[in-house]
Amino acid sequence: MSAETPGMAVEPPIVRRRRGFRSRAWRGLKKAPPTAWFGLIVVFLYVFVALFASWIAPFPESEATGAAFEPWSSEHLLGTDQLGRDMLTRMIYGARNTIGIAFATTILAFLIGGILGILVSIMRGWADQFVSRGVDVVMAIPALIFALMLLSIVGPSTTNIILIIAILDSTRVYRLTRSVAMNVVVMDYVESARLRGEGLGWIMGREILPNILPPLVAEFGLRFCFVFLTISALSFLGLGIQPPTADWGSMVRENATLISYGDITPLLPAGAIALLTVAVNFVVDWFLHKTSGLRDDD
Amino acid sequence: MTTDQKTAPARAKGETLLEIRNLQIEGQSDDVWHPIVRGVDLTLHRGEVLGLIGESGAGKSTIGLAAMGYARPGCRISSGSIVFDGIDLMKADLEIKRKLWGSRIAYVAQSAAAAFNPAHPILEQTIETGVREGMRNRAEAIADAKQLYGRLRLPDPDKIGYRYPHQVSGGQLQRAMTAMAMACRPDLIVFDEPTTALDVTTQVEVLAAIRDIVEQFHTAAIYITHDLAVVAQMADRIKVLRYGKEVEQAPTREMLTHPKEDYTKSLWAVRELENPPRAGKEIILSIDHVTASYGNSVTVLDDVTVKVPRGRTVAVVGESGSGKSTLARVITGLLPPSKGQVTFEGKPLPPALKQRTKDSLRRIQMIYQMADTAMNPRHRVSDLIGRPAELYLGLKGRAREKRVIELLNLIELDESFYDRLPAELSGGQKQRVCIARALAAEPDLIICDEVTSALDQIVQEGILKLLLRLQSELNVSYLFITHDIATVRAIADEIVVMYQGKVVQQGLKNEVLQPPHPAYTELLLSSVPEMDPDWLNNLLAKRAAKPISGIKRADA
Repeated sequence: MSAETPGMAVEPPIVRRRRGFRSRAWRGLKKAPPTAWFGLIVVFLYVFVALFASWIAPFPESEATGAAFEPWSSEHLLGTDQLGRDMLTRMIYGARNTIGIAFATTILAFLIGGILGILVSIMRGWADQFVSRGVDVVMAIPALIFALMLLSIVGPSTTNIILIIAILDSTRVYRLTRSVAMNVVVMDYVESARLRGEGLGWIMGREILPNILPPLVAEFGLRFCFVFLTISALSFLGLGIQPPTADWGSMVRENATLISYGDITPLLPAGAIALLTVAVNFVVDWFLHKTSGLRDDD
Repeated sequence: MTTDQKTAPARAKGETLLEIRNLQIEGQSDDVWHPIVRGVDLTLHRGEVLGLIGESGAGKSTIGLAAMGYARPGCRISSGSIVFDGIDLMKADLEIKRKLWGSRIAYVAQSAAAAFNPAHPILEQTIETGVREGMRNRAEAIADAKQLYGRLRLPDPDKIGYRYPHQVSGGQLQRAMTAMAMACRPDLIVFDEPTTALDVTTQVEVLAAIRDIVEQFHTAAIYITHDLAVVAQMADRIKVLRYGKEVEQAPTREMLTHPKEDYTKSLWAVRELENPPRAGKEIILSIDHVTASYGNSVTVLDDVTVKVPRGRTVAVVGESGSGKSTLARVITGLLPPSKGQVTFEGKPLPPALKQRTKDSLRRIQMIYQMADTAMNPRHRVSDLIGRPAELYLGLKGRAREKRVIELLNLIELDESFYDRLPAELSGGQKQRVCIARALAAEPDLIICDEVTSALDQIVQEGILKLLLRLQSELNVSYLFITHDIATVRAIADEIVVMYQGKVVQQGLKNEVLQPPHPAYTELLLSSVPEMDPDWLNNLLAKRAAKPISGIKRADA
């Protein structure tokens, strides 16, 4: 190797050009495990059904088009409910209502919890103590019972449901955001931004948020499932989404008697809830694995 | 395997212990395998210390791990042979290799703090392998570990093992890790930059301890470092690596006196960068009798007075804990002083960051030690450099783009870097971008906090030359915080020596570096390794004869 002189010996590694977002996303998808694919397809189908409910559904949402408790037939594919409304139609509209409300609730929970969490990680001191202990108090009360209590006080309108579940769930988002943001706040680049004289908004949104996004996105998926389950549970208990709006939780409750006659129809909305939860979790698992930096070959 | 096997005859020097032939190692990124090590041969005899040197990315650590038959996750040994004492490590099962690791081949990592389990006392971790492999019973192992601590000159060897890793200093932990590696009396130890993270004053003691113990037990060692002066003290033979290939190899003395290859010569020349000191006229920043503390308890700065002239470089030197970085925090306003005054261009600076005007923030910029953490990993170079220009000077759109490219050219990078993320830059490029970010604000004073200490020497030289050039072009002042005297020689006009929060000595570079020195300056200067293989011996002999008095060594 004596012929080689420095500088021209071996060319230093060339930095490759960065791939575009789309091509990277597609490469990531191609490498995704079958479970993630299954989850993605199911979620996509649900979203499609929810968005185009009024075109897909064979009947209007809350119109009695047959007799009560009709069995499965060619007209009513999944039979009718206790008021003679088409089950399939109710299932399709239920997707829109339940998913839509769950989505709005989760977004709101993340706005409240996320902003508070980042803010507190920057301010520290008494602000942190004040908010964190308040959150501890709220978390100490079982969420479902607390929600039931609050809903029976203010009344179960859709806005109230969204607000109450969002506030209760934001405590968990707050916890997560605070803990991951704490690790980022101490980095030199945040100090550097403060030295530069950047405002609070810039530090929160541009310096901290991009670096804590992966765990937050993963948590978003999980939180969405829990919110979804909470809404269904509340509906089942009668304090959730109110009739005649179709939703899966109350559909299980209203038709539960059919199970004693060997009819599985009331299990279908329950199954729809279960399937979506499983699908979202598959996607979240895959995303967590991708962003945790674990390598497949370890 | 028993301890008997490891007695004198089996350990006689000279026999071949490790033989690596045509080693090729590949690393994976984005599904593509690219070469890291491209055909390296290495022979190590019993009792011999081989120094591996080269800049970062040369494949030093990868070869060190390969000598144990191990490849990091994401790497694979694609071809070649590794034979350790007759065992082919390329073909050996994991089970066989695990028997070897720890007991016959040991590894000492760069960061002892990260390598120790914080939940167990040091002693437990030291004896773990030996007891598990059944080489000794617990009581024997404990007695042996205590003896090793003594040989490594750890204070209070009988008790120190019962402390937890966070309760001892970095230098002590590094020696405890060497004791751990030595506990099974291995045939081979791989030292991966064991002193890089330490202060020079601590480094001397760790080096002396490692060298003694390796000699006592005739252990063969591979010593990986990028510090030539250190390898000159430790190694019998030196192998220079670059881009995963061997540049040259020779016995230490021969290598130091007659390097053959140009690359080796350039490595040797780095330490000779020096510029004459210039006295400053106009004082731009003056720190007067500043006292500062964290909380109400520990005083970190004690009545410190420092003056920085315009267009000059003031180097603040001292070991970790001497208050250097705290001084920077006081100047930038992150830590308001409890007493004293900071004056900038004749006007007093408000003590706290929030009270300062945008313009005074612009005029004092800071460059950090770790460029990795100083840049937001999600921001592109264009944003990193463009943001200060936008914030302070109101540049937008095309004007901002033009300014960013101008600054990139100023730091000797081209436009292709415009769109990159920090992860796509090398260590030296990252630090250059940080410099550009500071320059974008068009400052009068830049505080450089150990900006070169995380870089290897050739890159360091590049950065220092760049800083000097920028100073002569832009007449900017530097407050240069460092513990590396070679850096000080290269760049400083004035030197401030700090020790335990106080200024020990202050003055023009040539004055401070000329004897007679105050005791602490003496200790600091004499601890800087030199390129002479006898340096450590001479130093230890001199210190044994005439101890430096008046300095309490926290790390003795």
